[in-house]
Amino acid sequence: MLTRSRTRGLLRQAGTIAVTLLGLLVLTFAIGRLMPADPVRAIVGEEATQDTYMQVYQELGLDRPLPMQFLMYLRDVLTGDFGTSIRTGQPVLNDILTVMPATLELATLAILIGATLGITLGVIAAVKKDRWQDQVIRVFSLMGHSMPIFWTGMIALLIFYAALGWVGGGGRMEDYFIGLVPEVTNFILIDAALAGEWEVFWSALNHLILPASLLGYSSSAYITRMTRSFMLDQINQEYITTARVKGLSVRQTIWRHAFLNIRVQLVTIVALAYGALLEGAVLIETVFSWPGFGQYLTSNLMIGDMNAVMTCVLLVGVIFIALNLLSDVLYRVFDPRTR
Amino acid sequence: MQTETLKKGRSMTLPGLAPLGRILRFLMRQPTSAFGLAVIALLVIGAIFAPLLATHNPYAQDLTNTLAPPGNGHWFGTDELGRDIWSRLVHGTRITLTIIALVTVVVGPIGLAVGTIAGYYGGAVDTVMMRITDIFLSFPSLILSLAFVAALGPSLSNAIIAIALTSWPPIARLARAETLTFRAEDYVSAARLQGASDFRIIMKSIVPMCLPSVLIRLTLNMATVILTAAGLGFLGLGAQPPLPEWGAMIATGRRYMIDSWWLVTFPGIAILCVSLAFNLVGDGLRDALDPKQMNRR
Amino acid sequence: MDTILDIQNLTVHYRGSPAPAVRGVSFQLGRERLGIVGESGSGKSTVGRAILKLLPSADITADKMQFQDTDLLALPEKRMLEVRGKRISMILQDPKFSLNPIRKVGDQVAEAWRVHMKCSAAEAKAKALQMLSAVAIRDVERVYDLYPHQVSGGMGQRIMIAMMLLTEPELVIADEPTSALDVTVRMQVLSILDGLVRDRGIGLVVISHDLNLVRNFCDRVLIMYAGRVVETLKASELDRAQHPYTRGLLAAQPRIGGPRQPLPVLQRRPEWAEEART
Repeated sequence: MLTRSRTRGLLRQAGTIAVTLLGLLVLTFAIGRLMPADPVRAIVGEEATQDTYMQVYQELGLDRPLPMQFLMYLRDVLTGDFGTSIRTGQPVLNDILTVMPATLELATLAILIGATLGITLGVIAAVKKDRWQDQVIRVFSLMGHSMPIFWTGMIALLIFYAALGWVGGGGRMEDYFIGLVPEVTNFILIDAALAGEWEVFWSALNHLILPASLLGYSSSAYITRMTRSFMLDQINQEYITTARVKGLSVRQTIWRHAFLNIRVQLVTIVALAYGALLEGAVLIETVFSWPGFGQYLTSNLMIGDMNAVMTCVLLVGVIFIALNLLSDVLYRVFDPRTR
Repeated sequence: MQTETLKKGRSMTLPGLAPLGRILRFLMRQPTSAFGLAVIALLVIGAIFAPLLATHNPYAQDLTNTLAPPGNGHWFGTDELGRDIWSRLVHGTRITLTIIALVTVVVGPIGLAVGTIAGYYGGAVDTVMMRITDIFLSFPSLILSLAFVAALGPSLSNAIIAIALTSWPPIARLARAETLTFRAEDYVSAARLQGASDFRIIMKSIVPMCLPSVLIRLTLNMATVILTAAGLGFLGLGAQPPLPEWGAMIATGRRYMIDSWWLVTFPGIAILCVSLAFNLVGDGLRDALDPKQMNRR
Repeated sequence: MDTILDIQNLTVHYRGSPAPAVRGVSFQLGRERLGIVGESGSGKSTVGRAILKLLPSADITADKMQFQDTDLLALPEKRMLEVRGKRISMILQDPKFSLNPIRKVGDQVAEAWRVHMKCSAAEAKAKALQMLSAVAIRDVERVYDLYPHQVSGGMGQRIMIAMMLLTEPELVIADEPTSALDVTVRMQVLSILDGLVRDRGIGLVVISHDLNLVRNFCDRVLIMYAGRVVETLKASELDRAQHPYTRGLLAAQPRIGGPRQPLPVLQRRPEWAEEART
């Protein structure tokens, strides 16, 4: 059922997204122009003649005014051309598509851990408000929010890998497994399961579990706090009394009634936490030698690979916008009042 | 009941920082936020008296005594160049505080200016400014700072600029929301009727009203600033060697981590403590601002 | 009299508040309709919730809280779950807030049955549909699948009644059952409640600030003031009330055909809150 006001709302939302996307492009373009690395020198090399240099300079359109350059950039992006990485010589988009699954695998497991932990603790904290459980959970989750994740990663590697040997070290799996599984989705767990290589699967999980737990723990702080506050809003509602009058226990009331009412809000929170988690992924990938998006971004930052950096930043922005949109849509699906 | 509302009404119309003393007292009463305040106080004291507290020159190398374990004249051991880690940590507090202070000093006014102007004028000005704010908000702050530092070149001052550039949007949002509630107040209309200029109204009537909540939001932001700065330092994009910045110390210590755990452990604990302290205080502030909580205790 | 509920010297003290909200309240209830009347803050709702022991932030003490053969006071929370909703239930004030906004109203009714009886979902649904038609809802199949925001206030309160009477409890507490409703549907909802209570011989406690409602609907009336019962009367003898507070309440009621003077202002004297119960 599309009413007129509904259509107008959708149009306005589409307009907002378009403007934001355009803004993202302006921003990434500005960052690209600000970068100190000389893109021409990077292509032609140090020994090129002045003529060659000028020729490439013009080919790249660097002699034109900035607005023109921006329009060219816009045209390229709209046609799916994000330029070539100086470091790898590959189209940036190909590079990113290759490394992205590693990060998504890490981030997805991390958000599963973080959401489970955060929601459970948040509910307990709300039910036990101001009691010792609430205080312990508060400090525990603030710890997760306060730790410099790159450092915790190193310490965790020292303890759980070097000293105890419980988990695998850096990388996605043991070196001798690399290349054993055909790359279908580039999600190692899925690929290994598809190929029936369970040894590879366990090795990959063994390498994944530590960074994912740390990322999950750090993202759980936000989820815990929001769950607690949403839950507190619900606990004082009259329908909770109704459920108790019917003879439901506290636990049943919380999970069958109150929790259903915060589900919608939680989806929004978890989606936003997933986006924020990409940030932690950049740091933790460096520590765990994880061949993902974060490592790709940081290594290109160091050498000033302009196209790669611009595209990475743009991509993160797009992911953020997409997650916001997704949480909006899910909100409508879950809440009968918005139908 | 009645005196309560009266009191509330009075503190609402008092422009400025009168409630801050009350909030501070509230924070001291809770063990968690009191601990946070204590750590922050130690941090400030450490920064002021760093030369007295440090046992060695933080830059003095001693190549005959590299990677010495804790004890034996070096409380926290020495690093790969024989420098005393304790002394470097103590001097590092100055860098941490500088980052926090500079980011706050830059972010506060920018956020206030954008927020109050957007909120005061409304209409197209508001739409454009808030769209720009939203665009900045649609990036995770660390990744945007990374990109900015990469564009500006890695250094401590550029890291501070980059962090500031990415952390003003939430302040602007808040200042705008506050401005919208004050814009229609009688004393603003009165000032306008007396012929005060827009600039004067914003500076004299609106900014002081927004200030308390903006200051609190800035405090909440400090833990994130510390972690972002440490992250940039760790990636080699923040403070450069030989500056004793904690994140950079961890980055260099990483190579010797397996045999010399103290190189990374102590700077990490320092970062954790300080950012936890700010988070605990921030959490207490959030409670303090909840009127229900304030009355109950 | 066949006593269902016997309360002696009930005191409820909310933690952190200086004075108890309810002090030394005693009453007995048979198979009758008892009204508890008082202004807001008099502790009348607290009495209702104390009977169900649903006051997590308060200390409940009493000499006696006997519900038929069950000593409510000594009953552990686990056994209390078997009493709530099955033997004692409570109708809450406003269906806008007392129904869970994101669950189908029918499921919420059926849940009251499923909590206590071992049965399939289909059986519970059948039971709920039957009860919904008993509260004069037409087209019950359609109503079952509605969400609370899709039903009117009067309909919502009838759903509430269905939910609370489904398990045929022996005692129902109705906490301001019609205050949130339009005047036009009040009588309709009340008469449905009245009919069901009479048919099934259920003991009913009506908590209300509305003296006229209680007068017409109840057998006996308890007048509460500042946490105490100041007077207990037969509803038919309300006009012969002795206590100045009750007389004040009565005098403050406008009446068609009454004298056209300003209504007297209700007196409140601190000593009424202190004096022993009459």
